Amino acid sequence: MARYDRAITVFSPDGHLFQVEYALEAVRKGNAVVGIRGIDIVVLAVEKKSTPKLQDSRSVRKIARLDTHIALACAGLKADARVLINRARIECQSHRLTVEDPVTVEYITRYIAGLQQKYTQSGGVRPFGLSTLIVGFDPYTEKPALYQTDPSGTFSAWKANATGRNSNSMREYLEKNYKETSGKETIKLAIRALLEVVESGGKNIEIAVMTQKDGLRELEESEIDEYVAEIEAEKAAAEAAKKGAAKET
Amino acid sequence: MMKPDMSALETHFGAPAGEDCGLLFDVDDSSMPAMEFPNCPNFDRFQAKTKDMVKNKRGTTTLAFIFDRGVIVAADSRASMGGYISSQTVRKIIEINPYMLGTMAGGAADCQFWHRNLGTKCRLHELANKRRISVTGASKLLANILYSYRGMGLSIGTMIAGWDEKGPGLYYVDSEGARLKGNRFSVGSGSLYAYGILDEGYRFKMSIEEAGELARRAIYHATFRDGASGGCVSVYHVGPDGWTKLSGDDVGELHFQYYPVQKTPVEQEMVDASPSTA
Repeated sequence: MARYDRAITVFSPDGHLFQVEYALEAVRKGNAVVGIRGIDIVVLAVEKKSTPKLQDSRSVRKIARLDTHIALACAGLKADARVLINRARIECQSHRLTVEDPVTVEYITRYIAGLQQKYTQSGGVRPFGLSTLIVGFDPYTEKPALYQTDPSGTFSAWKANATGRNSNSMREYLEKNYKETSGKETIKLAIRALLEVVESGGKNIEIAVMTQKDGLRELEESEIDEYVAEIEAEKAAAEAAKKGAAKET
Repeated sequence: MMKPDMSALETHFGAPAGEDCGLLFDVDDSSMPAMEFPNCPNFDRFQAKTKDMVKNKRGTTTLAFIFDRGVIVAADSRASMGGYISSQTVRKIIEINPYMLGTMAGGAADCQFWHRNLGTKCRLHELANKRRISVTGASKLLANILYSYRGMGLSIGTMIAGWDEKGPGLYYVDSEGARLKGNRFSVGSGSLYAYGILDEGYRFKMSIEEAGELARRAIYHATFRDGASGGCVSVYHVGPDGWTKLSGDDVGELHFQYYPVQKTPVEQEMVDASPSTA
């Protein structure tokens, strides 16, 4: 088996591309990311690992804007992310130039996934070590969309998804608790999913919200703290109700 | 200025059979003379020079305009080579796809080829993006291609007309690289005459029949005065469900429809007088 994991362009006898799978491992070590698609809103929530005291946290934005109506968050190798995001931004503008129309979320996702796939089928390169969650609004139908890509170059649309550290537990939580929501409810759902695996508090979570009208907006730390407080209160109330019911029987 | 590589035209015949198959040794130059190649100092520009010489005046009349109910596209059908009329039945309105039309003015081959090529690109866009391409996008694709061939002798003056999600669309695109959005265009040697009728009779709110008739009359008047336009007038209408051909009329017949033969006064008197004489 060890012989088949060096070069990207070599299949193993049982059909694996080991380099791609190792790239997925790199993703699993990256920070947790959650994306939720609501009725008229899309939310991206990213875990913020503790910033060193002397680092300027504003320079480490984890949620990138690709165009006025599309945003991206990723888990994995951040340097690879920078390269991919720059190529995607150029493609968004190039599309506007050649057809005089903004890209659809599906188009740019397909482009990014195509780029990731190209690097799994060339000599002398390694795959991009990141999975992305791409959110945005379709410029024609004005419907919200959420897509995920991974190092192998596959992409698909989701109602809600998570990637990065402990993504399985977050996805399980979302599968149990997902409902079509809008506005604040969607934001709270994203935070609740992320809080399953992340320490609670505004300084550990970065959230961006996009609506058709107002575009992308990053929430302030104080706002996030408010939401977290609400969620904790709701949790406590639910616990108390359960205990109360248990006592009665 | 690159000199083209002529080495492939030098002959290598006459080598003994079997040994090297005549590929390596240049034997016996006198057995076959090398082919003469015409002197061409500027390989990339020679077609442009030819075009300047011929001075394609775009002998044709085409027009298109947007109105209340969509877009009307009309054209004549004469092809001329200098003073010789090579055809009276050229289809100058090219169907790019069921909801987009292009007009032909300039070099017929250039127009036909690039419109078919544009049709291919539009279809590929549809398949990749699961939605039709807009008229804006299609005209931009064509304009970018023509711009990249600028100075190499293409001669195309075309209008792209269609109906997309934003409604009716009309663009003028030419081989110099221009791309203009507009409501009324006429292209070709007869365009001056067509503009006269078109601008005078144009109203935004018209029925489809009225608009078609306006286009027909405009092309007819252009064929009346311009020697390089003639044949038949084709009129198409592009609506929300795609294009339909409204009419195709021979210009000669239209002439007598618009200007029926008037009997002169003398002839009229003779006709009136004849029954009364015994």
